[in-house]
Amino acid sequence: MIRFEPRSNVSSLFAFALPIIAGITALVLAAIPIAAAGGEVFAAYGHIFKGAFGSKFALSELLARATPLIFTGLAVSVAFRAKLWNIGAEGQLYVGALAAVAIGSGAISAPSYIMIPLIILAGMIAGGTLMLVPTLLKTKLGADEVVTTLLLNFVVLLFVQMMLEGPMKDPMGMGWPQSEPMTSAATLPKMFARMRIHWGLVIALVSALIIYIMMKRSVWGFEIRATGENVSAAKHAGIPVTSTFIKVGLISGALAGLAGVSEVAGLKGYLTADISPGFGYTGVVVAMLAGLSPVGVVVAAVFIAAVFVGADSMSRAMGVSSYIADLVVAMSLICVLVSSLFVCFKIRFVRPKKTPLVAKGEA
Amino acid sequence: MEYIDILLSANFWAAAIRIATPLIFGVLGALVCERAGVLNLGIEGIFVVGAMCGWMAVWLGAGLWGGILIAALAGAFFGLLHGILTVPLGLSQHVSGLGITMFATSVSYFTYRTALPKVSSPPRIEAFQPLDIPVLSDLPFIGPALFQQTSMTFLALAMVLLVSYVLYRTPLGLAIRAVGDNPSAVEAQGLSVFALRIGAIMAGSALMALGGAFLTMSAFDAFFFGMINGRGWICIALVVFASWRPGKALLGALLFGAFDAFQIRLQNEVGAVIPSQVFLMIPYLLSIIALVLVARKADYPRALLQPYFRGQR
Repeated sequence: MIRFEPRSNVSSLFAFALPIIAGITALVLAAIPIAAAGGEVFAAYGHIFKGAFGSKFALSELLARATPLIFTGLAVSVAFRAKLWNIGAEGQLYVGALAAVAIGSGAISAPSYIMIPLIILAGMIAGGTLMLVPTLLKTKLGADEVVTTLLLNFVVLLFVQMMLEGPMKDPMGMGWPQSEPMTSAATLPKMFARMRIHWGLVIALVSALIIYIMMKRSVWGFEIRATGENVSAAKHAGIPVTSTFIKVGLISGALAGLAGVSEVAGLKGYLTADISPGFGYTGVVVAMLAGLSPVGVVVAAVFIAAVFVGADSMSRAMGVSSYIADLVVAMSLICVLVSSLFVCFKIRFVRPKKTPLVAKGEA
Repeated sequence: MEYIDILLSANFWAAAIRIATPLIFGVLGALVCERAGVLNLGIEGIFVVGAMCGWMAVWLGAGLWGGILIAALAGAFFGLLHGILTVPLGLSQHVSGLGITMFATSVSYFTYRTALPKVSSPPRIEAFQPLDIPVLSDLPFIGPALFQQTSMTFLALAMVLLVSYVLYRTPLGLAIRAVGDNPSAVEAQGLSVFALRIGAIMAGSALMALGGAFLTMSAFDAFFFGMINGRGWICIALVVFASWRPGKALLGALLFGAFDAFQIRLQNEVGAVIPSQVFLMIPYLLSIIALVLVARKADYPRALLQPYFRGQR
């Protein structure tokens, strides 16, 4: 018989170590599918590690991959803190990218110190506005935001495809459905020559810092946390719950929109309908691994990026399908979810005894 | 009037029912889980698993009904996983469901890629063919519209009857509904809340997997990446629209199928003027609208999303 006993004091070291253990567990479990696919397990881990950390080039790829994940991870963590279930970061990323391209691919010409803030602002507004829709549907009409944000992802992707095949199609794109390239003034510069890592990473880190300060030290952060912990208690305490949800929705959507801006202006240089291989959904895993903490998001994003970049290189070297990365990411989500039990509860294995008719410990 | 012509063609109604079939399975599955008090956002991934396993079983020679059985079992397995995470462990149903969707999807894709590393065009199977029922299929208009469907469509309709019979006419159904409304009352009756909930989730997930299997074994004859394309999420919206009743679930799915079949035909009429994506958006927007319309007065199972621990209220 297994019994859960609520834990009163959680050592912070323990709480900190658990997600790491969860991530490692997921990685170890990946040995099963790797072996099933006929791969040499230890060699595979070697390839994953070398592919992610083995060279300056690998590190640059790793951080370039982590950048959008930091943004979407932050977006999800802010929303989940308030128990606003924003699963729409994918769609918000795309509208952010679309807004950046609409402004930055030649519609306005201005020096880069104007253009870059402008596309950042446009992406944030676009993402925030998109998230405002499900937030209002939740607060005003009681429609579950999980379903609406998920469904909007599909709508947005179709909208982006429509724009890329129609009004925003690059006439010089050899017929491919892609946008015109960003002008050089609207491009986030690369950090090092011949490497893909770009200044979007710095913006991501600054965002994480701002969110950290907001959550820890501001009234907004307090209201967000209080709303997430207990809506009715927050209401009784005089916290404006509805406007808190709206604020959270706007911030969360804006952060996800930034992911799109950074990908389009920093990495790809133009927009295609496959610019995100599910960064929005992976953001949920990043946020959960991070325990919804902004600093944790950065670490978790680097971990998940390492899994993707490492698995890609392992897949090329050994022929094991690169879907192994998605498998590890999914398993880390489940592992971290299970590990959260260990934070909240002491788990005791007890001999089953005759349970009294009235359960004990009712308080 | 070309719009009336669309509605008057038998072909249109046949398509509406065909499009509705996977949704009937999916909505029923979601309904069974939610009636027992557990939201199953694993649905999207369970659709993928059902589609992949059903198809692969047939491809490996299990036969069509063998494929159905394997799809259902695979669905039930992922349901069991969701059940363990959310019922005795009481973890967040939202996050666990998303985790199941990601896990089930990636397992399916990984397995498919591993089994078929380098195929450009996916291998095809001998899928279910439309039945030729004596007399009924030969009726003018009604025959081709309603009765020239595959066995899986009739299986879906049978499931509607079965689920409503079990839910409303058997002690088991009473217990399942009660466990979603008031689990402590069920415990007081000496029944196991855990067993009832996990059982319902497994049964519901098996139904969801059949919805996926329909796509690879009846609507098409091959498995494609991304073929589920949000159908699972649409079911989650439709189950609210159906206010957790099997009959209304059938109605909702059929209505949805009719709208979808209509937009496909409309696309042929005015496709030159309006980009195809506008039409493709319609199903998702319709689901959102359906959800919003009923959300305020929706009669949620009262214990939905609430984990139950023994001896605790």
